[in-house]
Amino acid sequence: MEKKKITGAEALLFAFAEEKVDTIFGYPGGAIIPVFDALYTHKEKLAFNHILTRHEQGAAHAAQGYARVSGKVGVVIVTSGPAAANIVTGVADAMLDSTPIVVVTGQTSVAALGSDAFQETDVLGITQAVTKWSYQIRRAEDIPWAVARAFYIAREGRPGPVVLDLSKDAQNQLMEFSYEKCRYIRSYQPEPKLRQDKIAEAAQLINQARQPFAVIGQGVILGKAEQELFDFLNKADIPAASTLLGLAVMPVDYRLNMGMVGMHGNVAPNKKTNECDVLIAIGMRFSDRVTGKLSEYAPQAKVIHFDIDPSEINKNVKVEVGVLGNVKKTLPAVTELLNKAEHKEWIESFEEHKSCEDREVVSKDLHPDNGILTMAEVVKCLSDNTGQNTIVVTDVGQNQITAARYFSAFNTRKIVTSGGLGTMGFGLPAGIGAALGSPESKTFVVSGDGGIQMTIQELGTIMEYKIPVKVIILNNNYLGMVRQWQELFYEERYSSTSIQNPDFVALAAAYGIKGRKVEQRQDLAEAVREMIASDSAYVLEVMVEKKGIVYPMVPAGKCITEIMLKN
Amino acid sequence: MENTLYTVTVYSENQVGLLNQVTIVFTRRQVNIESLTVSRSAIPGIHKFTITAYTDKETIRKIVLQIEKRIDVLKAYYYTDEDIIFQEIALYKVPTDSLMSNNETETLVRKFNARILEVTKEYTVIEQAGHKAEIDAMFEALNKNKILQFVRSGRVAITRSPVERLSNFLEEMEARRKEVVNENN
Repeated sequence: MEKKKITGAEALLFAFAEEKVDTIFGYPGGAIIPVFDALYTHKEKLAFNHILTRHEQGAAHAAQGYARVSGKVGVVIVTSGPAAANIVTGVADAMLDSTPIVVVTGQTSVAALGSDAFQETDVLGITQAVTKWSYQIRRAEDIPWAVARAFYIAREGRPGPVVLDLSKDAQNQLMEFSYEKCRYIRSYQPEPKLRQDKIAEAAQLINQARQPFAVIGQGVILGKAEQELFDFLNKADIPAASTLLGLAVMPVDYRLNMGMVGMHGNVAPNKKTNECDVLIAIGMRFSDRVTGKLSEYAPQAKVIHFDIDPSEINKNVKVEVGVLGNVKKTLPAVTELLNKAEHKEWIESFEEHKSCEDREVVSKDLHPDNGILTMAEVVKCLSDNTGQNTIVVTDVGQNQITAARYFSAFNTRKIVTSGGLGTMGFGLPAGIGAALGSPESKTFVVSGDGGIQMTIQELGTIMEYKIPVKVIILNNNYLGMVRQWQELFYEERYSSTSIQNPDFVALAAAYGIKGRKVEQRQDLAEAVREMIASDSAYVLEVMVEKKGIVYPMVPAGKCITEIMLKN
Repeated sequence: MENTLYTVTVYSENQVGLLNQVTIVFTRRQVNIESLTVSRSAIPGIHKFTITAYTDKETIRKIVLQIEKRIDVLKAYYYTDEDIIFQEIALYKVPTDSLMSNNETETLVRKFNARILEVTKEYTVIEQAGHKAEIDAMFEALNKNKILQFVRSGRVAITRSPVERLSNFLEEMEARRKEVVNENN
């Protein structure tokens, strides 16, 4: 019997179904109408939850948020030209933060390619530098193959974004559908082979260490190696700190958790990086925001680097041993060879810096001596009133650092933030994605008055789909992080950082979203509890200190031990 | 660090857009490509890029790893001149008059092991293969009279190993493919 033919557009959706896609973030347009038409045809049979965002950038960030909390591949469908250009920020963000997303962009018909056709843009040319893979599909029959490859590439090895540029004729052509999942690509080795000699060298260095220190990155989350990490740290009694993206791997109350490293990390782990004898980097990439001045980063230490990506070894920091592979496999292999150890005195030596930071920074943040609320008080209040199943999605800037420092996460994948690209406007749409990707959790977006306005139209998405995201706007009427740099390093020349804002609560109300504005300390806790108790979306605007500064801070280009606690 | 001329060979699948993926890795690090040649390799279906660039060892090592990270690239390697046998080709167009007036050009052709491809009343086309220095030397010599047109190819290079260096990698990947197939049966 002859197989029934379907259109390329339908084939795309059938291929998504084969990949167990349930949620799609998208926005229709001329060159992608056939795919949206197929969504309509199969709305019962395939039953994708399609979320129409209010801007394509929002769709890309929502897919990122979805992927980050669920571990699944986020999916985006948009049209050509301007839409394809609009997803680039999300794609670049996903590239730097290793987030698996597959973005389908419509494209003009093959015959019109290169003719400067309406809404034609060179998507491959634009996206090749910011994707793990990008490919133009010109024939319907290539769709199953390309989709299977796209999901494999996005998900396997070090995850990342894939863009499929789908010409309009490929969407309309008829084809016979058959699907085979991609399990192998000749030119791509997702996980480097385990090398026993490197495992042994790493174990030996750790066994000889008297003051070992580990820095944990997102690789542990991506490799689902949380338990393997704890077994490793516990056996050799190694104190550890996280990068911004590695936050929430270790619960805040974990005995060996020493906080966060980096520009706005904690004092103790930054200082101890330059005191340890063996530095063990696990699934992290020595970003400049972690290392500060590279030539003065841990010069005394022998460095062991666990990573899945061969190009990361010796990229920024020269290492003694590079252990290539998925940390899910390499960590237990090393743990096996470790001697049980105790580093009581070394671990206790972190305490001195911690109490200094508590005294100089934390207590001032949480108990300011004036009447004006601080960002830290708000985040702490949220943290104190929520439980284990809480996701915090941040925007970028002071709100992000404050959330990272004062939200106590107890579970992996519970903090979502734009680390590498530092994309203002990430928070609100990523929060939508996170809420849909983890419906069993309560999702809170912590944003600033600047970043929220970069993607504020997504309140419309929240309204339409009744997504129960709670949005906290920490409003200081400033682009706070830049203002902080201007105060500290540019002689208080506040160029274009003060910002006039709309009435956020009224704006939320216009979208039918409950909201409340808090200006006084005595109202904060009650307002936060009201927000948490709400079953639906909520916008809580909190007026905070106008000229707050997030400390500690390692000034850009300075050594991490030059961490500032005050001006 | 001292800059050296490195030769990079890249083995890739034959995919549209690969050239751009390879060259942007150089562009992003502000390394100029001196020459670039793309051809098939001895292995069916696999293409080979030969790229030369002046840079330092640290940078070329990172560039090669970043190129290798591209999905459709199988392997990339870098070499210095000692590791490889290499050649470039040059074509010269000179006025036939100058060839006829004396035996200078003929002497140069013999000296540089070049050969004459075409002679017309107006011009003569000479082909020379060799290293860059040899080509530069012949250019200078011919240019004492007149060169109407000149072009030099990118470098082509081959390693001193008996087979394509890629073969081991392909064997490994084939073993992996079999593993994956077995896992699913």
